[in-house]
Amino acid sequence: MHGIENLQKNSIPIYDVYTPMPIHGIEAKLGVKESRLGYAAFCFGCLGGSVIFSILYYTLVHDWPMNVGGKPHFAMPNFVPFTFEWTILFAAFGMVFTFYAATHLFPGRAPRVMDLRATDDRFVIAIDAKGNVPHDDITRLLQEAGAVEVKHNERKYVSYE
Amino acid sequence: MASHSESIIREPLITGKDITYAKITNDVLFPVENKPNMAWWVGFTLASLGAALWVFSISWTFWFGVGEWGLNKTVGWAWDITGFVWWVGIGHAGTLISAVLLIFRQNWRNSINRSAEAMTIFAVICAATYIFGHMGRPWLAYWTLPLPNQYGSLWVNWNSALMMDVFAISTYFSVSLIFWYTGLLPDIASIRDRATGLRRRIYSVLSFGWTGSVKTWQRFETVSLILAGISTPLVLSVHTIVSFDFATSLEPGWHTTIFPPYFVAGAIFSGFAMVQTLLLIARKVLGLENYITMFHIESMNKIILLTGSIVGVAYITEFFIAWYSGVEYEQYAFINRATGPYWWAYWSMMTCNVITPQLFWFKKIRINIPFAWVLSIIVNIGMWFERFVIIVTSLHRDYIPSSWVMFYPTWTDVGIFVGSIGLFFTMFLLFIRVLPSVAMAEVKLLVKTSSEQAKKKLIDEGHLDPTHVDDYTTALEKYDSVDLTQYQKA
Repeated sequence: MHGIENLQKNSIPIYDVYTPMPIHGIEAKLGVKESRLGYAAFCFGCLGGSVIFSILYYTLVHDWPMNVGGKPHFAMPNFVPFTFEWTILFAAFGMVFTFYAATHLFPGRAPRVMDLRATDDRFVIAIDAKGNVPHDDITRLLQEAGAVEVKHNERKYVSYE
Repeated sequence: MASHSESIIREPLITGKDITYAKITNDVLFPVENKPNMAWWVGFTLASLGAALWVFSISWTFWFGVGEWGLNKTVGWAWDITGFVWWVGIGHAGTLISAVLLIFRQNWRNSINRSAEAMTIFAVICAATYIFGHMGRPWLAYWTLPLPNQYGSLWVNWNSALMMDVFAISTYFSVSLIFWYTGLLPDIASIRDRATGLRRRIYSVLSFGWTGSVKTWQRFETVSLILAGISTPLVLSVHTIVSFDFATSLEPGWHTTIFPPYFVAGAIFSGFAMVQTLLLIARKVLGLENYITMFHIESMNKIILLTGSIVGVAYITEFFIAWYSGVEYEQYAFINRATGPYWWAYWSMMTCNVITPQLFWFKKIRINIPFAWVLSIIVNIGMWFERFVIIVTSLHRDYIPSSWVMFYPTWTDVGIFVGSIGLFFTMFLLFIRVLPSVAMAEVKLLVKTSSEQAKKKLIDEGHLDPTHVDDYTTALEKYDSVDLTQYQKA
């Protein structure tokens, strides 16, 4: 936290921060915008509800209306469970797949990890060293904020490729 | 880091000294990264024998048909639907813990949600096997889908509650699965970054390339919250629709409006009992006493007590309404349940579900692990009997006394039921070997605020109301994982 503040005070751009668990408040500091996934979920939910409602309407009212004791063909109460289930189904899958797509998560993607301990107990602040203020200054700033170690990686990622 | 500290009155959710982030990873991943111990092998051998019995019995059923079961003209549904409803009900606790408790910000869910969700998924798989099993011609299972066909198209019967069930169960299963798997991604990444060789490759694929960057975490939390929000009505709808299978019929004993809430309460009741059955063992065998503490156990026992009492009220209401309705068929169905040839099933249900859980009013019993475990098994038995009573005793004496019969299960019925328990435990035991059984990232969130050591530090610093500190140390006495000697001097 202090490290981020120090760096930002000295206008050093932070590439990204990697943590083993969510840290609340950090996204505001780094200027990560609020998620719009809720809107995605809502839209997908509406889509799912409309799709199954259309199927129900087509099959029960239009394509093969059945006379069940003279009751109306367009019997809406019966539609409720199906419409509800598909609204949830589409909202859940639509939103999760949007999340995967937006954050580039998919099976087989090579994890671009900066440090292998960032998923265990270390908190990584990554700074692009190219064309930045003198490295010693950055190192000093980070150490003042209590950094355990400052590493200069040649390659960008400890990649799995 | 959150700089505020949690009130001292709240009991700690993580106990033990020197809990660091690294220690949590080590503790939770111990069973995943090491060879299994003897207890696991014994359990796994028994479970896979059960699963083998299931494979044999279900194959027998598929080959020779449902005529191999004890069903007859009068009792057309028996152990199959009993087993189905039982398993679906058990599944409900996982979603309740992961979704409802997340919405209510109950932090104690963090250390039990992973295994409870896994349990949900395996229980729903077991339930689904009964659905396919009782179809008679399971290779035509796709006929339950509204696919265009050569008969007209003749569409599925949308007016049937069974059709609603197809939609509800499949939605429930797939949404639970994706909820569970998305939550697993950061923890799979932890395994990946500690593994080498082939293991690393496998977990790398499974982790979807998770890195834990700020934006991903923030989106991840949004996704979890919204999924929780939509899973909550979903889980309530699923058992409501399961109850429609009965409630929308005209069968005396089934045709009641109390069924949806009564089924949902029963589902949560049996689900928590199964979570308790599994976790009381798992915390010992996997050495997770510091994360699944006495507070968790007691909280779950309180939920069992509450839902058990709701179920008890529902049983009595049902009886009252049967009398009050003035419908003699309805009245007979209920009198027959309690005093007819299946009186033993009815009273087993009453004893196991309504009477024995009332013992949880006593704190001594709520925090007694062997006792709580036995009671959780009793609840599981009672809930099985509940479904058996609803299904078989309502059917076995229909309107024409000449067709009154008893139901006798065949070995195939028994084999499928016992086998499905084996199948469930096989899947669960495999799960705790290959995936973290506690959501590590979520537990790490609690270390700074809700752990015993954080609270100890607060006490040592002083500035706290001594009566609160006193209450807190008294509350710690029930924990089996807290070293009380360090509080003596305070």
